[in-house]
Amino acid sequence: MKQRATLSSLLFLFPLAFLAVFFFYPLVLVILRSFAAEGRFDLTPLLTIWAETYFRRALWFTVWQATASTALTLALGLPAAFVFARYRFPGKRLVQALTTIPFVLPAMVVSAAFMALLGPRGWLNELLMALFGLPRSPIRLQQTIWLILIAHAFYNTSVVVRLVGGFWAHLDRKLTDAARVLGGSRWRVFFEITLPLLLPAIIAAGLLVFLFCFTSFGVILILGGPQFATLEVEIYRQAVTLFRLSDAAVLSLVQMGLTFVIMAVYSRAQTRAAVPLNVRSAEETALPAITWPGKAFVGLTVGGLLLFLAVPLFSLALKSLALPDPLRFYRELFMNRSSSIFYIPPGLAIRNSLLFATLATGLSLVLGTLTATALARSRGALGRWLDPIVLLPLGASAVTLGFGYILAFGRPPLDLRASPVLVPFAHTLVAFPFVVRTLLPALRGLNPRWSEAATILGAAPWRAWREIDLPIIGRALLVAAVFAFTVSMGEFGATLLIARPEFPTMPVAIFRLLSQPGALNYGQALAMSTLLMLVCAAGFFLIERFRVGEIGEF
Amino acid sequence: MLLEVERVSKSYPGLPVLHDVSLTAADGEIVCILGPSGCGKSTLLRIIAGLETADAGRVLFDGQDMATVPPHRRRFGLMFQDYALFPHKDVLGNVAFGLRMAGLPGAEIRRRVQEALTLVGLSGYERRRVTELSGGEQQRVALARSLAPRPRLLMLDEPLGALDRALREQLMNDLRGILKQVGVMALYVTHDQEEAFALGDRIVILRARPELGEGGRVEQVGAPQKVYRRPASSYVARFLGLHNLIEGQVIGPWSGGELALASAPARSGEDLAAPMPRADAFDPVLVQTSLGVLIAADLTRPHAAGERVIVLIRPEAAARCPAAAMPNVVQGRVKEVSFRGSYHLVRTEHAGGIVLTSEATVAPDQIWQIGETVCLRLNPAAITLLEVAESNWRSSEFDICGHSGYDEGRLRRSHKPCQTIHA
Repeated sequence: MKQRATLSSLLFLFPLAFLAVFFFYPLVLVILRSFAAEGRFDLTPLLTIWAETYFRRALWFTVWQATASTALTLALGLPAAFVFARYRFPGKRLVQALTTIPFVLPAMVVSAAFMALLGPRGWLNELLMALFGLPRSPIRLQQTIWLILIAHAFYNTSVVVRLVGGFWAHLDRKLTDAARVLGGSRWRVFFEITLPLLLPAIIAAGLLVFLFCFTSFGVILILGGPQFATLEVEIYRQAVTLFRLSDAAVLSLVQMGLTFVIMAVYSRAQTRAAVPLNVRSAEETALPAITWPGKAFVGLTVGGLLLFLAVPLFSLALKSLALPDPLRFYRELFMNRSSSIFYIPPGLAIRNSLLFATLATGLSLVLGTLTATALARSRGALGRWLDPIVLLPLGASAVTLGFGYILAFGRPPLDLRASPVLVPFAHTLVAFPFVVRTLLPALRGLNPRWSEAATILGAAPWRAWREIDLPIIGRALLVAAVFAFTVSMGEFGATLLIARPEFPTMPVAIFRLLSQPGALNYGQALAMSTLLMLVCAAGFFLIERFRVGEIGEF
Repeated sequence: MLLEVERVSKSYPGLPVLHDVSLTAADGEIVCILGPSGCGKSTLLRIIAGLETADAGRVLFDGQDMATVPPHRRRFGLMFQDYALFPHKDVLGNVAFGLRMAGLPGAEIRRRVQEALTLVGLSGYERRRVTELSGGEQQRVALARSLAPRPRLLMLDEPLGALDRALREQLMNDLRGILKQVGVMALYVTHDQEEAFALGDRIVILRARPELGEGGRVEQVGAPQKVYRRPASSYVARFLGLHNLIEGQVIGPWSGGELALASAPARSGEDLAAPMPRADAFDPVLVQTSLGVLIAADLTRPHAAGERVIVLIRPEAAARCPAAAMPNVVQGRVKEVSFRGSYHLVRTEHAGGIVLTSEATVAPDQIWQIGETVCLRLNPAAITLLEVAESNWRSSEFDICGHSGYDEGRLRRSHKPCQTIHA
């Protein structure tokens, strides 16, 4: 036993070393850069930044757009969570699965989808212009806050539905029954029993949505335009456009500090959401709608949700097809129309993305398995200490990470500027917490009696592992792999900062195409987005098919 | 073939588990290891299986020391309390597992799986997923899986613990039938004396005393009837649900002069003049207790005058009788009555606050009313004397009126106000 414990902590050294080099080292450089740009300790940059108008505007905008997005998301998600938790209706499992799709969609795809639906050249505008013979597009949401809020709500509604709805579904119906029998009206019971019990889950979900919106980058960059800048966008602007590295470092530091505070509050809220209630199976607590108002409510909520989630994606797919020649934009992706020999056909980005995603999947799977095994085995101090460290990359914003890479690997001792390996390494880091979180419940769920039973029935230790442990965690491994793959395919923030111009990934290529004028570029961007969407949706269906627990357990 | 466990001790840091435990089991014998939770029963099985190592002591099978034999080569079977069925394999896959590990050919495996499933009454279940089975069916699959490789020794760790009462009753009977039919040597761990009585050829009662820093040790070994009739200590008596335990002092041999009085016909007309048949022919003695002078006739050894003893009055001892001043007739007030089908469970309070629990035969003319003062005659043949264990008195309180019956609380100190005898 003792030997096994030592061995597993030794295995954990590999992921720890990886985290040290590719996560902590870049972040430490960011911190050093903001504190001690000239080699000595100096707090001035951190203090003077507060005087900068752009900084105060970005900070203010980041906070209020995240708050507004969270409020909108909760307003849309809570009724749906209620319906999924308390009603049984045909096709529920499928609908529930479909609502999770946005969760795995890259920001570039979502942005392109909303442009295809609500943008100046979007479906809705073209339809209205054709119908009423308008000379100009009537809906002008592009580059307003509204499109950003809608896109954020689109992204995160499934988080609320999953977290709150899941918790709600497992609440014992007898609690409210008891309150009703004791004389409480339907609304009294909701406010005095259900809501207080749900509140930790709602707060946890709200904080998670807030964190996602707080670090939102791609959506704001594409849909917001130049006048809207979150801290994340501002870091990118300072570092890449203006090349003011010190300012970017200070911004990153502020961003890091704030996200870690939100993370800490979130994990506390999440522990509170895990109150030991008398948990009921979800099937037990859901009943079919009987009354007409009930049926109408269920129908409208589910229908509205599906429409809200499906319409942008369908418009994206439809808009990517050119009218006389449907596949024209897709073909264009692979052609070199420019006479420049430096031109990279966007189609190459597909190859790059697949390559990087494969590498990142392999690497994060190896590191994640080692880590999850160590965590599952260790009890007590070691586990308490390791667990948060593993989760830290979730809290670091992608752009900060990318910026850290620029600082860390652009010069000796690790000069990797010319090498494309930085991209899969960054993706591995982003996927790593997801992999660990997917594998950990499966590994913890392994009943030690199973392998003991196998041993007593005559299986030697390695045989017991192969026959029992491996097949059981196999599904979790598959889910983790698909998760890592989709995360890597969609990663945008860090990639935009570190990808070599000649090695763009699909999201980066979409961003470049969208930033260039012209119908051809626009069409190609939509075509590429559609392809990326299909890859991620396929990954999502694999996850849904094979997952063991709930996804989104973070 | 013989299993010998020799003076096995085990402790985890700060937690003694087993203390010097020895036991044997012979071919075809079912030995029940009975004890409350936390007395180390499961650990004992795990040590025998080789899943844990003992700090001291040996496990011998067929004369061979098992210390160097890894668990997967011992050819033992162990049925876990939660069954530990492999969730990713169907019934066939589970039952066939041990046979595959033994390297049997496919045809033989299929035949043996078939045989095992028929034995437990689950033929036709081969392709069912184990997660879809009911608790009773899972239990049967686990049994079939353990039996299929024909283990030299089958260990069962509270195999009925997770099932509801009605199912337990049924499976208890089936289980003994199956084990006897196969003729396998079996160790059966349980905390339920009913199960132990129903299944065991022999019972080993374990007792842990964590307050003394002592892990489980063997308190008594014997055939079920013998253990019930002659508990070795007041601990065993209480564990078996016998709660009428009173401190007493032997006056001397009973001359027989008062026999006529003591066994005057009871109201119900039954004649107790002919006492229950006695296995051992020790002369009855008179014992002074707070209840009065009692005649104890069911003795395991001769008792000298002046000896301190614990008097065990079995619940079937009492019958109503007319008031009379003579040995074995006690007066008391009815505190609780509950109807249990074939008998009334009656709790009566007597002089000095002593409470007796009796199982009174249901008779049409007998009505027990709460608060009523009644006279009970205690059959001398249902009264036995136990040794005064030093530790009982040392642990300062001696609960003589804990819950009767088979409720969970029987092992704990009663929270009801009750009489405690201090040393």
